[in-house]
Amino acid sequence: MYELIAQYPLFAALFALVGLGLIFGALLGYAAVRFKTEGNPIVDQINEILPQTQCGQCGHPGCRPYAEAIADGEAINRCPPGGQAGVQALADLLDVEAIPLDEEHGEESVTQVAYIREDECIGCTKCIQACPVDAILGAAKHMHTVIASECTGCDLCVEPCPVDCIDMISEEESLQTWSWQLPDPVSREVDIIATDASATEEAA
Amino acid sequence: MALMRITSPHTHGPMSTRRVMQNVLLATVPGVVVLTHFFGFGTLVNIIWASILAIAFEALALSLRKRPLAFYLGDYSALVTAVLLGIALPPYSPWWLIAVGIASAILMAKHLYGGLGYNPFNPAMVGYVVLLISFPVQMTSWAAPRGVGELPGLLQALQACFTPAHFDAVTMATPLDVLKQNSSLLMDDLWQQNAQFGRWAGIGWEWASLAFLAGGLWLLYQRIFTWHAPVAMLMVLALMAALFYDGGSSGSGGSPLFHLLSGATMFGAFFIVTDPVSSAVSTRGRLVYGALIGLLTYLIRVYGNYPDAVAFAVLIMNFAAPFIDQYTQPRTYGHAKRGGESE
Amino acid sequence: MRQVYGFHGGIHPPENKHQSVAAPIASAGIPDELVLPLSQHIGAPAIPAVEVGQRVLKGQLIAEPAGFVSVPLHAPTSGSITAIEDRQIAHPSGHSARCIVIAADGKDQWVDHQGAADYKTVDRGELLSMIRNAGIAGMGGAGFPTAVKLAVKPDIKIETLIINGTECEPYITADDILMREQADKIVEGAQILAHLVQPDEILIGVEDNKPEGIAALQAAAEGTAVEIVVFPTKYPSGGEKQLIEILTGKQVPSGGLPAAVGIVCQNVGSAVAVRDAIIDGRPLISRVTTVTGEGVSEPRNYEVLLGTSMAHLLTLAGYQHENNKRLIMGGPMMGFTVPDAHVPIVKTTNCILAPSETELPTPPPAQACIRCGMCAEACPANLLPQQLFWFSQGKEFEKAEQHNLFDCIECGACSFVCPSNIPLVQYYRAAKAEVVQMRKDAEKSEHSRIRFEARQARLEREDAEKEAKRAARKKAAEEKARLAAEQGNADEDPIQAAIERAKAKKAAQAMGEGTSESEKEKLEKAVATTRKRLDTATAKLETAKQEGSDFIGALQTGVDKTRAKLDSAEKSLQEYQQANDSADNQADEQPTADAAQEAIKKAMAARAADADKSPEDKAREALQKLEARLQKSEARLTESKAAGEEEKIITALEATVERMKEKVAQAQAKETETS
Repeated sequence: MYELIAQYPLFAALFALVGLGLIFGALLGYAAVRFKTEGNPIVDQINEILPQTQCGQCGHPGCRPYAEAIADGEAINRCPPGGQAGVQALADLLDVEAIPLDEEHGEESVTQVAYIREDECIGCTKCIQACPVDAILGAAKHMHTVIASECTGCDLCVEPCPVDCIDMISEEESLQTWSWQLPDPVSREVDIIATDASATEEAA
Repeated sequence: MALMRITSPHTHGPMSTRRVMQNVLLATVPGVVVLTHFFGFGTLVNIIWASILAIAFEALALSLRKRPLAFYLGDYSALVTAVLLGIALPPYSPWWLIAVGIASAILMAKHLYGGLGYNPFNPAMVGYVVLLISFPVQMTSWAAPRGVGELPGLLQALQACFTPAHFDAVTMATPLDVLKQNSSLLMDDLWQQNAQFGRWAGIGWEWASLAFLAGGLWLLYQRIFTWHAPVAMLMVLALMAALFYDGGSSGSGGSPLFHLLSGATMFGAFFIVTDPVSSAVSTRGRLVYGALIGLLTYLIRVYGNYPDAVAFAVLIMNFAAPFIDQYTQPRTYGHAKRGGESE
Repeated sequence: MRQVYGFHGGIHPPENKHQSVAAPIASAGIPDELVLPLSQHIGAPAIPAVEVGQRVLKGQLIAEPAGFVSVPLHAPTSGSITAIEDRQIAHPSGHSARCIVIAADGKDQWVDHQGAADYKTVDRGELLSMIRNAGIAGMGGAGFPTAVKLAVKPDIKIETLIINGTECEPYITADDILMREQADKIVEGAQILAHLVQPDEILIGVEDNKPEGIAALQAAAEGTAVEIVVFPTKYPSGGEKQLIEILTGKQVPSGGLPAAVGIVCQNVGSAVAVRDAIIDGRPLISRVTTVTGEGVSEPRNYEVLLGTSMAHLLTLAGYQHENNKRLIMGGPMMGFTVPDAHVPIVKTTNCILAPSETELPTPPPAQACIRCGMCAEACPANLLPQQLFWFSQGKEFEKAEQHNLFDCIECGACSFVCPSNIPLVQYYRAAKAEVVQMRKDAEKSEHSRIRFEARQARLEREDAEKEAKRAARKKAAEEKARLAAEQGNADEDPIQAAIERAKAKKAAQAMGEGTSESEKEKLEKAVATTRKRLDTATAKLETAKQEGSDFIGALQTGVDKTRAKLDSAEKSLQEYQQANDSADNQADEQPTADAAQEAIKKAMAARAADADKSPEDKAREALQKLEARLQKSEARLTESKAAGEEEKIITALEATVERMKEKVAQAQAKETETS
């Protein structure tokens, strides 16, 4: 055996590598069992990032199905309510490149709340059935109303309404919701941020 | 009339980036004067040529990046880089050597990363190290000091820079170099055999170091930087030297005084290590940062391949700065434990 | 001499206090109109307690607190309420807020009021409610309701009561002049506060740049338990947390209240207001405000009624319009710019600063951060402002939070020293707001997720129940058929059959049929039995009538009663059926298509189709859709009319058709426009 190895250095290398491979493989295998972490399954983590508007703009019936689809490899840029920030968060989580929001699935807009013009409502319950989060209150032939604090602004109740009495109202800035904004580098006299993207924008 | 609406505070202190940079430039003056006195006009020519190039390269980079020239040139940062590199380069360096160095510093180390404030590495040291690795011959020959060799005049200095082929300078190894190459002699022998050794650390070097120290102390007084990083670096360097110096043999790496006053120690401690952009940010972080630079400087000087090591030590620690930051967050008011430590 | 401690960082901006303390406090008089915002404090806005047109007396309550963390509002002078409306207020956003507007009648007639000069005999709770009813909110600038701060939980021992006379902000001298002129009131107020919280020591902290105020306070505090502590001037030593550290060496835990370390801190202005409220029974209706800056010719302090317009004060102080480009409420370090000079003075307005351009120049454009660390040197909270800036700029809010963003007190020391002129505080404010918004969003999305999942679960459960019901029914039918077949052979066994029926019924119930079916049956049975009884009763009545019996009267009542019972039973059955019909309808649709999913699918398809259409196509599409909807509406209308539906529904449908027509017209216009 020893002579064989001495004679053919190739075997020496082979044995050494195979041996090392076995040792480290065993080590890794042991570590995988010993230090196993009960992590949050990836679908749950994705679902946590998604805005839970349940609007279906991504093409899935709700946020969780989309989370599952993302986990299966679907593009991460199909959630307009989550916006570019959401795409960024998903990209960070999944360690992929952050791509721009897919316009096909709608544009990022301010949060809206559905509002039923109550004197026009005929009480057909169609919107109640469409609402994914049970945010509409009412009974047959009785006027309905939206519980604004529960509404996700998904817009799904507008289409089914036979008398077209649902409006999507965007929340306006008020004294309570106002806050300082990050200084806008472009609006300043001199561009302070050293990304050349903004410089070209300026030039264009 | 519409009233202005801006965020507080509405008042501002007297400090500005331009003033910081101007102060740094001013603080180099004593050191440059001493260097010129002992080694001739070489350093001065270096600095002037480097400054011209630096402004040109900076302007080029800014215009390529479509930035307003006056606004960014007005911060004097390119000039500081040029002066620091000019001081660090051997006197009577040829023009192209300086050009390569400045190009590496301004274009590569600074603007490729996004300009002032965004560079992870000290630009002057990047320029220096690029040259040291690429042109070791030119970079390791230093002019002979006054009293040992003939000092060239201003004209000759210009000639050395722009027509290097026709210039034959009197160069000799620096004391650190000599120490590096002789490991089996007694210190006293070295001192006797080599004329460039002065009272403590080499003719010219010791006085230049003291001059840079004076400039640095002035900056400290002006509150341009805090004492933490330079003091930590000098202390650790001296401590290492004291630990390993056996009192006589050249193999043991030289006395603390020799290390403090020789080579780029003082210049590095007060003008390179204190570069805020590429160093650690908190006071504790700066202590660690400075101390590790001191340690690395000693290790590379005594056990490494290069006679002087400040540039390498600084660059290596530039790598480590974000890491140090992560673990040296100060204890915020009202917090019992250190914030970042638990991570 | 008491030991004073230091705090990390701090700066020494030019003080500029001498300009406004030369003259004593002057009265700003009674302006014609007073505008009182309902929210002058931290917490819920007060609720108006007066009506437009009502006459009010000075000191009369005009708005009540809304909840615990809120304060009431009083009329600063006598007059009549002219409006309760949105007016521009002193707020950096420039938004308006609800205000009560009073037209002063100039009589300055007081409402009946009385204090409790002998406050030590009054119950502590009573004193607290007096302070609360006087509408006092932190006068130092933050505006936190004073009574809330003083309502310390009984299990917490307060060791130190600190009265804050630091006033570290440049320019402001409102507290300084108060200490000079009303030191005895401050000391008295401090004693009242001490009576309330029972501390071991009472300290009044003053910076050493106010020697006159210190001397006055020391004279006033002679022979009392109140101690005046003087410490070196440094900004922001007047910050509550910093002052606590200076005086006691303790740090308030992050996110906690000073009470957590046994300290209550009140501003000197609040102390005077508390004294006035307790001793004189005078609510908070005026305050001392500094008017200063090179934009006014005579900077000084004014005793001003709340609700007075800033413009009124500025005119008194000799406002030079052309000299002033920004108007700041508060000091130069933490004050905010107001959108207009015609905003009212509120409880927190300690200073109006009208600087000239040379005095406080417009900040130059920011340069890049060179991470010099001067901000970290200056930060009183010992943060790393340069790192916070880096994270805020990069929108890495999580990291900013890790670096204790929320411990930033927004004092502005970092921006002051920043050589690159970066508006650091704005970055932190924006980042904080963003983080708060993100937390809110996360909460909301979590809530939506739970509701969505609950709905999903409910739909599934309903499906399962229906399935089970169907299965049970089928089984019962089979059973019946089998029984019938068996009956063909064997003799009828009614007992067995009844048992079987009962079993089947029970099984059906157990399978999740719920109460609905049995309920209905019960009701139906009730109707049937009542009807039978009615029939028998009527038959009896008829026979009795024919026979001419004596019991006709009694029988008649019986019949009537039974009829009434039948009516009510029928009615309840009907109601029940109605209620169930809709539920059934709803339920019946679900197995075939969950409406939400259907809608999603539709929306999805529409969007997919929309994707690569030109605007003209889109417009045309929209038009077609609308037309289709119009037709649908019209069809529905005629249908309803034909069916003779309720009038209300028909009108609603008509209105819809009208609206659809309008929309179609609009879309048509748009389409012609695009094409």
